[in-house]
Amino acid sequence: MSTESESPVWEVFLQPKSGKPHEHVGSVHAVDAEQALQNARDVYTRRGEGISIWVVQANNITASSPDDAGPLFDPGDDKIYRHPSFYTVPRGVRNV
Amino acid sequence: METSEQLLEFESKIAEGAKIEPKDWMPDRYRSQLIRMMSQHAHSEIVGMLPEGNWITRAPNLRRKMTLLAKVQDEAGHGLYIYSATETLGIERSELIDQLLEGKAKYSSIFNYPTLSWADIGVIGWLVDGAAIVNQTMLAKASYGPYSRAMIRICKEENFHKKQGFEIVTTLAAGTPEQKAMVQDAVNRWWWPSLMMFGPHDAESTNSSELMQWGVKRKSNDSLRQHFVNITVPQARAVDLTIPDPELEYNEETGDWKFGEIDWNEFYQVIKGNGPCNRERIAARRSAHDNGAWVREAARAYADKQLTRQTTS
Repeated sequence: MSTESESPVWEVFLQPKSGKPHEHVGSVHAVDAEQALQNARDVYTRRGEGISIWVVQANNITASSPDDAGPLFDPGDDKIYRHPSFYTVPRGVRNV
Repeated sequence: METSEQLLEFESKIAEGAKIEPKDWMPDRYRSQLIRMMSQHAHSEIVGMLPEGNWITRAPNLRRKMTLLAKVQDEAGHGLYIYSATETLGIERSELIDQLLEGKAKYSSIFNYPTLSWADIGVIGWLVDGAAIVNQTMLAKASYGPYSRAMIRICKEENFHKKQGFEIVTTLAAGTPEQKAMVQDAVNRWWWPSLMMFGPHDAESTNSSELMQWGVKRKSNDSLRQHFVNITVPQARAVDLTIPDPELEYNEETGDWKFGEIDWNEFYQVIKGNGPCNRERIAARRSAHDNGAWVREAARAYADKQLTRQTTS
Protein backbone atom coordinates (compact mmCIF):
# COMPACT_ATOMS: atom_id res chain seq x y z
CA MET A 1 0.00 0.00 0.00
CA SER A 2 2.33 2.77 1.15
CA THR A 3 5.46 3.24 -0.88
CA GLU A 4 6.89 5.91 1.41
CA SER A 5 9.89 4.81 3.44
CA GLU A 6 9.57 4.69 7.21
CA SER A 7 11.72 7.14 9.15
CA PRO A 8 14.55 5.62 11.23
CA VAL A 9 14.14 4.16 14.73
CA TRP A 10 15.64 6.08 17.66
CA GLU A 11 16.07 4.43 21.03
CA VAL A 12 14.90 6.59 23.92
CA PHE A 13 16.59 6.89 27.32
CA LEU A 14 14.97 8.80 30.14
CA GLN A 15 16.41 10.19 33.35
CA PRO A 16 13.53 9.98 35.85
CA LYS A 17 14.98 12.47 38.31
CA SER A 18 18.16 14.21 39.31
CA GLY A 19 20.81 11.80 40.53
CA LYS A 20 19.32 8.80 38.68
CA PRO A 21 20.86 7.29 35.55
CA HIS A 22 19.20 7.46 32.13
CA GLU A 23 17.21 4.31 31.47
CA HIS A 24 15.96 2.79 28.24
CA VAL A 25 12.19 3.24 27.86
CA GLY A 26 11.42 2.34 24.24
CA SER A 27 11.82 3.80 20.80
CA VAL A 28 10.32 6.32 18.39
CA HIS A 29 10.45 6.90 14.66
CA ALA A 30 11.81 10.27 13.55
CA VAL A 31 13.49 11.88 10.55
CA ASP A 32 16.17 13.60 12.63
CA ALA A 33 17.44 14.02 16.18
CA GLU A 34 15.32 17.07 16.88
CA GLN A 35 12.10 15.32 15.87
CA ALA A 36 13.19 12.21 17.78
CA LEU A 37 13.49 14.31 20.96
CA GLN A 38 10.09 15.89 20.41
CA ASN A 39 8.42 12.55 19.70
CA ALA A 40 10.10 10.98 22.73
CA ARG A 41 8.86 13.86 24.89
CA ASP A 42 5.27 13.37 23.62
CA VAL A 43 5.25 9.58 23.82
CA TYR A 44 7.22 8.87 27.00
CA THR A 45 6.81 11.89 29.28
CA ARG A 46 3.16 12.89 29.51
CA ARG A 47 3.19 12.79 33.32
CA GLY A 48 6.51 14.15 34.42
CA GLU A 49 8.28 10.79 34.04
CA GLY A 50 11.60 12.44 33.30
CA ILE A 51 13.81 15.50 33.46
CA SER A 52 16.20 14.60 30.64
CA ILE A 53 15.97 12.56 27.43
CA TRP A 54 18.66 10.92 25.31
CA VAL A 55 17.83 9.69 21.83
CA VAL A 56 20.21 7.66 19.73
CA GLN A 57 19.59 6.25 16.29
CA ALA A 58 19.15 2.51 16.76
CA ASN A 59 21.63 1.51 14.06
CA ASN A 60 24.38 3.39 15.92
CA ILE A 61 24.11 1.05 18.89
CA THR A 62 26.45 -1.92 19.06
CA ALA A 63 25.15 -4.60 21.36
CA SER A 64 26.65 -7.83 22.63
CA SER A 65 24.96 -11.01 21.53
CA PRO A 66 23.26 -13.28 24.06
CA ASP A 67 25.09 -16.23 22.44
CA ASP A 68 28.42 -14.68 23.44
CA ALA A 69 27.33 -14.06 27.02
CA GLY A 70 29.35 -17.06 28.23
CA PRO A 71 32.83 -16.20 26.95
CA LEU A 72 32.16 -12.48 27.32
CA PHE A 73 31.35 -12.51 31.01
CA ASP A 74 33.22 -15.65 32.09
CA PRO A 75 36.43 -13.80 32.96
CA GLY A 76 34.59 -12.00 35.75
CA ASP A 77 33.13 -15.18 37.21
CA ASP A 78 36.27 -16.92 38.49
CA LYS A 79 37.81 -13.98 40.31
CA ILE A 80 36.19 -14.30 43.66
CA TYR A 81 39.05 -12.27 45.17
CA ARG A 82 37.32 -9.23 43.66
CA HIS A 83 34.68 -9.56 46.36
CA PRO A 84 35.21 -8.53 49.99
CA SER A 85 33.87 -11.90 51.19
CA PHE A 86 37.08 -13.52 49.88
CA TYR A 87 39.15 -12.00 52.70
CA THR A 88 39.37 -12.96 56.35
CA VAL A 89 39.62 -10.39 59.09
CA PRO A 90 40.55 -11.14 62.75
CA ARG A 91 37.59 -11.58 65.07
CA GLY A 92 36.44 -8.48 66.84
CA VAL A 93 37.97 -6.08 64.33
CA ARG A 94 35.17 -3.92 62.96
CA ASN A 95 34.59 -1.48 60.13
CA VAL A 96 37.35 -2.90 57.91
CA MET B 1 17.43 -23.65 12.56
CA GLU B 2 15.72 -24.70 15.73
CA THR B 3 17.54 -27.31 17.71
CA SER B 4 16.05 -29.24 20.57
CA GLU B 5 18.80 -27.87 22.80
CA GLN B 6 17.80 -24.28 22.06
CA LEU B 7 14.15 -25.11 22.61
CA LEU B 8 14.89 -26.76 25.95
CA GLU B 9 16.85 -23.75 27.12
CA PHE B 10 14.08 -21.42 25.96
CA GLU B 11 11.42 -23.45 27.76
CA SER B 12 13.40 -23.66 30.96
CA LYS B 13 13.86 -19.87 30.94
CA ILE B 14 10.09 -19.46 30.66
CA ALA B 15 9.54 -21.99 33.44
CA GLU B 16 11.91 -20.03 35.70
CA GLY B 17 9.97 -16.85 34.98
CA ALA B 18 12.94 -15.23 33.21
CA LYS B 19 12.11 -12.77 30.45
CA ILE B 20 12.88 -13.39 26.78
CA GLU B 21 14.68 -10.40 25.26
CA PRO B 22 14.80 -9.35 21.57
CA LYS B 23 18.19 -10.85 20.74
CA ASP B 24 17.58 -14.12 22.61
CA TRP B 25 16.86 -17.24 20.63
CA MET B 26 13.13 -17.95 20.38
CA PRO B 27 11.03 -20.42 18.39
CA ASP B 28 9.72 -18.96 15.12
CA ARG B 29 6.22 -19.67 16.29
CA TYR B 30 6.73 -17.67 19.53
CA ARG B 31 7.94 -14.76 17.42
CA SER B 32 5.06 -14.91 14.94
CA GLN B 33 2.44 -15.36 17.65
CA LEU B 34 3.82 -12.34 19.53
CA ILE B 35 3.86 -10.21 16.37
CA ARG B 36 0.24 -11.16 15.71
CA MET B 37 -0.93 -10.57 19.27
CA MET B 38 1.08 -7.41 19.96
CA SER B 39 0.23 -5.73 16.65
CA GLN B 40 -3.47 -6.48 17.20
CA HIS B 41 -3.10 -4.88 20.60
CA ALA B 42 -1.36 -1.80 19.15
CA HIS B 43 -4.00 -1.45 16.43
CA SER B 44 -6.71 -1.65 19.10
CA GLU B 45 -5.19 1.30 20.95
CA ILE B 46 -5.08 3.34 17.74
CA VAL B 47 -8.56 2.42 16.47
CA GLY B 48 -9.81 2.86 20.03
CA MET B 49 -9.22 6.59 19.73
CA LEU B 50 -12.01 6.87 17.15
CA PRO B 51 -15.18 6.10 19.14
CA GLU B 52 -14.08 8.47 21.91
CA GLY B 53 -12.69 11.12 19.58
CA ASN B 54 -16.26 11.33 18.30
CA TRP B 55 -17.27 13.16 21.52
CA ILE B 56 -14.33 15.51 22.13
CA THR B 57 -16.00 18.46 20.44
CA ARG B 58 -19.28 17.75 22.23
CA ALA B 59 -18.04 17.14 25.78
CA PRO B 60 -20.47 18.81 28.21
CA ASN B 61 -17.89 21.09 29.85
CA LEU B 62 -14.24 22.07 29.78
CA ARG B 63 -13.18 19.63 32.52
CA ARG B 64 -14.71 16.70 30.66
CA LYS B 65 -13.18 17.90 27.40
CA MET B 66 -9.68 18.22 28.86
CA THR B 67 -9.79 14.77 30.45
CA LEU B 68 -11.20 13.11 27.34
CA LEU B 69 -8.49 14.73 25.21
CA ALA B 70 -5.82 13.51 27.61
CA LYS B 71 -7.27 10.01 27.57
CA VAL B 72 -7.40 9.81 23.78
CA GLN B 73 -3.84 11.13 23.64
CA ASP B 74 -2.82 8.36 26.04
CA GLU B 75 -4.34 5.76 23.70
CA ALA B 76 -2.14 7.09 20.89
CA GLY B 77 0.86 6.79 23.20
CA HIS B 78 -0.13 3.24 24.16
CA GLY B 79 -0.36 2.28 20.50
CA LEU B 80 3.14 3.66 19.95
CA TYR B 81 4.60 1.84 22.98
CA ILE B 82 3.29 -1.46 21.65
CA TYR B 83 4.32 -0.84 18.02
CA SER B 84 7.79 -0.02 19.36
CA ALA B 85 7.86 -3.26 21.36
CA THR B 86 6.60 -5.24 18.33
CA GLU B 87 9.38 -3.84 16.15
CA THR B 88 11.93 -5.47 18.46
CA LEU B 89 10.74 -8.79 16.97
CA GLY B 90 12.11 -7.79 13.58
CA ILE B 91 9.12 -6.30 11.78
CA GLU B 92 8.70 -2.68 10.71
CA ARG B 93 5.92 -0.53 12.05
CA SER B 94 5.01 0.60 8.52
CA GLU B 95 4.30 -3.01 7.57
CA LEU B 96 2.01 -3.44 10.57
CA ILE B 97 0.18 -0.22 9.79
CA ASP B 98 -0.24 -1.31 6.16
CA GLN B 99 -1.82 -4.55 7.41
CA LEU B 100 -4.31 -2.50 9.43
CA LEU B 101 -5.12 -0.10 6.59
CA GLU B 102 -5.53 -2.94 4.11
CA GLY B 103 -8.03 -4.58 6.45
CA LYS B 104 -5.82 -7.66 6.96
CA ALA B 105 -5.13 -7.08 10.65
CA LYS B 106 -7.53 -7.59 13.51
CA TYR B 107 -8.13 -5.25 16.42
CA SER B 108 -10.40 -5.48 19.43
CA SER B 109 -13.97 -5.90 18.17
CA ILE B 110 -15.30 -3.55 20.86
CA PHE B 111 -14.19 -0.53 18.82
CA ASN B 112 -16.56 -1.45 16.02
CA TYR B 113 -19.51 -0.30 18.09
CA PRO B 114 -20.76 3.30 17.82
CA THR B 115 -20.72 5.92 20.59
CA LEU B 116 -24.31 7.17 20.42
CA SER B 117 -24.51 9.40 23.50
CA TRP B 118 -22.23 11.22 25.93
CA ALA B 119 -22.94 8.48 28.48
CA ASP B 120 -21.07 6.07 26.20
CA ILE B 121 -17.85 7.92 27.00
CA GLY B 122 -18.37 7.27 30.70
CA VAL B 123 -19.31 3.64 30.16
CA ILE B 124 -16.36 3.02 27.82
CA GLY B 125 -13.95 4.31 30.47
CA TRP B 126 -15.61 2.21 33.14
CA LEU B 127 -16.30 -1.06 31.29
CA VAL B 128 -14.04 -1.12 28.24
CA ASP B 129 -10.97 0.30 29.96
CA GLY B 130 -11.90 -1.71 33.03
CA ALA B 131 -11.82 -4.92 30.98
CA ALA B 132 -8.61 -3.82 29.25
CA ILE B 133 -6.96 -3.26 32.65
CA VAL B 134 -7.82 -6.80 33.75
CA ASN B 135 -6.23 -8.15 30.59
CA GLN B 136 -3.22 -5.85 30.62
CA THR B 137 -2.44 -6.44 34.29
CA MET B 138 -1.98 -10.08 33.34
CA LEU B 139 0.09 -9.17 30.26
CA ALA B 140 2.42 -7.05 32.41
CA LYS B 141 3.82 -10.44 33.50
CA ALA B 142 4.22 -11.69 29.91
CA SER B 143 7.39 -13.64 29.15
CA TYR B 144 8.53 -11.27 26.39
CA GLY B 145 10.47 -8.41 28.04
CA PRO B 146 9.56 -5.50 25.75
CA TYR B 147 5.84 -6.43 25.80
CA SER B 148 5.83 -6.77 29.57
CA ARG B 149 7.57 -3.40 30.02
CA ALA B 150 5.12 -1.66 27.65
CA MET B 151 2.23 -3.17 29.62
CA ILE B 152 3.59 -1.98 32.95
CA ARG B 153 3.81 1.54 31.55
CA ILE B 154 0.27 1.29 30.15
CA CYS B 155 -1.27 -0.13 33.34
CA LYS B 156 0.07 2.84 35.32
CA GLU B 157 -1.82 5.17 32.98
CA GLU B 158 -5.04 3.21 32.50
CA ASN B 159 -6.34 3.69 36.02
CA PHE B 160 -7.02 7.33 35.26
CA HIS B 161 -9.05 6.21 32.24
CA LYS B 162 -11.28 3.96 34.26
CA LYS B 163 -11.77 6.52 37.03
CA GLN B 164 -12.64 9.36 34.66
CA GLY B 165 -15.20 7.04 33.05
CA PHE B 166 -16.71 5.99 36.34
CA GLU B 167 -16.94 9.62 37.43
CA ILE B 168 -19.03 10.40 34.34
CA VAL B 169 -21.19 7.33 35.02
CA THR B 170 -21.67 8.31 38.67
CA THR B 171 -22.63 11.86 37.77
CA LEU B 172 -25.19 10.78 35.17
CA ALA B 173 -26.59 8.01 37.35
CA ALA B 174 -27.27 10.56 40.11
CA GLY B 175 -28.63 13.13 37.66
CA THR B 176 -32.04 13.80 36.13
CA PRO B 177 -34.27 10.87 35.10
CA GLU B 178 -33.21 11.51 31.48
CA GLN B 179 -29.52 11.34 32.41
CA LYS B 180 -30.07 8.19 34.43
CA ALA B 181 -31.91 6.61 31.49
CA MET B 182 -29.13 7.66 29.12
CA VAL B 183 -26.40 6.02 31.19
CA GLN B 184 -28.49 2.87 31.72
CA ASP B 185 -28.98 2.66 27.96
CA ALA B 186 -25.22 2.93 27.48
CA VAL B 187 -24.61 0.14 30.00
CA ASN B 188 -27.19 -2.00 28.18
CA ARG B 189 -25.37 -1.56 24.90
CA TRP B 190 -21.75 -1.91 26.16
CA TRP B 191 -22.06 -4.67 28.74
CA TRP B 192 -22.05 -7.69 26.42
CA PRO B 193 -19.46 -6.36 23.97
CA SER B 194 -17.22 -5.66 27.01
CA LEU B 195 -17.49 -9.31 28.08
CA MET B 196 -16.61 -10.33 24.51
CA MET B 197 -13.32 -8.42 24.84
CA PHE B 198 -11.85 -11.39 26.69
CA GLY B 199 -12.24 -13.55 23.60
CA PRO B 200 -13.86 -16.94 22.98
CA HIS B 201 -14.38 -19.57 25.67
CA ASP B 202 -11.17 -21.35 26.65
CA ALA B 203 -12.27 -24.47 24.77
CA GLU B 204 -12.73 -22.50 21.54
CA SER B 205 -9.72 -20.21 21.84
CA THR B 206 -7.23 -21.47 19.24
CA ASN B 207 -4.24 -19.42 20.40
CA SER B 208 -4.74 -19.46 24.15
CA SER B 209 -3.09 -22.72 25.16
CA GLU B 210 0.05 -22.00 23.16
CA LEU B 211 0.28 -18.47 24.54
CA MET B 212 -0.17 -19.77 28.07
CA GLN B 213 2.39 -22.51 27.59
CA TRP B 214 4.90 -19.82 26.62
CA GLY B 215 3.99 -17.53 29.47
CA VAL B 216 2.68 -14.76 27.21
CA LYS B 217 -0.73 -15.12 28.80
CA ARG B 218 -0.92 -16.18 32.42
CA LYS B 219 -4.67 -16.61 32.80
CA SER B 220 -7.36 -17.99 30.53
CA ASN B 221 -10.03 -15.93 28.77
CA ASP B 222 -12.81 -17.33 30.93
CA SER B 223 -11.06 -16.73 34.23
CA LEU B 224 -10.22 -13.13 33.28
CA ARG B 225 -13.83 -12.57 32.20
CA GLN B 226 -15.12 -13.99 35.49
CA HIS B 227 -12.79 -11.71 37.46
CA PHE B 228 -14.03 -8.70 35.49
CA VAL B 229 -17.68 -9.55 36.19
CA ASN B 230 -16.91 -10.08 39.88
CA ILE B 231 -15.32 -6.65 40.31
CA THR B 232 -17.83 -4.81 38.09
CA VAL B 233 -21.18 -5.97 39.46
CA PRO B 234 -20.69 -4.29 42.87
CA GLN B 235 -19.61 -1.09 41.08
CA ALA B 236 -22.86 -1.09 39.07
CA ARG B 237 -24.88 -1.62 42.24
CA ALA B 238 -23.06 1.21 44.00
CA VAL B 239 -24.40 3.68 41.43
CA ASP B 240 -27.76 1.93 41.13
CA LEU B 241 -27.37 0.75 37.53
CA THR B 242 -28.66 -2.57 36.26
CA ILE B 243 -26.48 -5.09 34.43
CA PRO B 244 -28.55 -6.28 31.44
CA ASP B 245 -28.34 -9.96 32.30
CA PRO B 246 -31.36 -11.69 33.89
CA GLU B 247 -29.20 -14.73 34.71
CA LEU B 248 -26.75 -12.76 36.84
CA GLU B 249 -26.61 -14.45 40.23
CA TYR B 250 -24.16 -14.56 43.10
CA ASN B 251 -22.76 -17.95 43.99
CA GLU B 252 -22.05 -18.06 47.73
CA GLU B 253 -19.82 -21.10 47.42
CA THR B 254 -17.43 -19.89 44.76
CA GLY B 255 -17.79 -16.17 45.43
CA ASP B 256 -18.34 -15.70 41.69
CA TRP B 257 -21.12 -13.88 39.88
CA LYS B 258 -22.67 -16.39 37.50
CA PHE B 259 -23.63 -14.72 34.23
CA GLY B 260 -25.60 -15.60 31.09
CA GLU B 261 -24.21 -16.84 27.78
CA ILE B 262 -22.61 -14.38 25.40
CA ASP B 263 -24.07 -14.03 21.91
CA TRP B 264 -21.14 -15.64 20.13
CA ASN B 265 -22.76 -15.23 16.75
CA GLU B 266 -22.57 -11.45 17.22
CA PHE B 267 -18.95 -11.77 18.38
CA TYR B 268 -17.85 -13.66 15.25
CA GLN B 269 -19.87 -11.41 12.95
CA VAL B 270 -18.10 -8.31 14.31
CA ILE B 271 -14.70 -10.02 14.04
CA LYS B 272 -15.45 -10.93 10.43
CA GLY B 273 -15.97 -7.27 9.63
CA ASN B 274 -19.74 -7.07 9.88
CA GLY B 275 -20.02 -4.99 13.05
CA PRO B 276 -21.81 -1.63 13.06
CA CYS B 277 -18.65 0.45 12.42
CA ASN B 278 -15.94 -1.82 10.94
CA ARG B 279 -15.84 -0.07 7.56
CA GLU B 280 -16.09 3.39 9.06
CA ARG B 281 -13.15 2.75 11.41
CA ILE B 282 -10.79 1.58 8.68
CA ALA B 283 -11.91 4.39 6.39
CA ALA B 284 -11.13 6.89 9.16
CA ARG B 285 -7.66 5.40 9.72
CA ARG B 286 -6.91 5.44 5.98
CA SER B 287 -7.97 9.02 5.63
CA ALA B 288 -5.86 10.05 8.66
CA HIS B 289 -2.87 8.22 7.17
CA ASP B 290 -3.32 9.75 3.72
CA ASN B 291 -3.95 13.23 5.06
CA GLY B 292 -0.79 13.02 7.14
CA ALA B 293 1.39 12.01 4.19
CA TRP B 294 2.39 15.58 3.34
CA VAL B 295 3.49 16.21 6.93
CA ARG B 296 5.77 13.17 6.90
CA GLU B 297 7.08 14.17 3.48
CA ALA B 298 7.80 17.73 4.61
CA ALA B 299 9.60 16.50 7.74
CA ARG B 300 11.79 14.22 5.63
CA ALA B 301 12.57 16.98 3.12
CA TYR B 302 13.54 19.31 5.97
CA ALA B 303 15.78 16.68 7.56
CA ASP B 304 17.46 15.99 4.21
CA LYS B 305 18.07 19.69 3.67
CA GLN B 306 19.60 20.10 7.13
CA LEU B 307 21.86 17.13 6.46
CA THR B 308 23.05 18.57 3.12
CA ARG B 309 23.79 21.92 4.77
CA GLN B 310 25.80 20.25 7.50
CA THR B 311 27.88 18.22 5.07
CA THR B 312 28.53 21.07 2.61
CA SER B 313 29.35 23.82 5.13
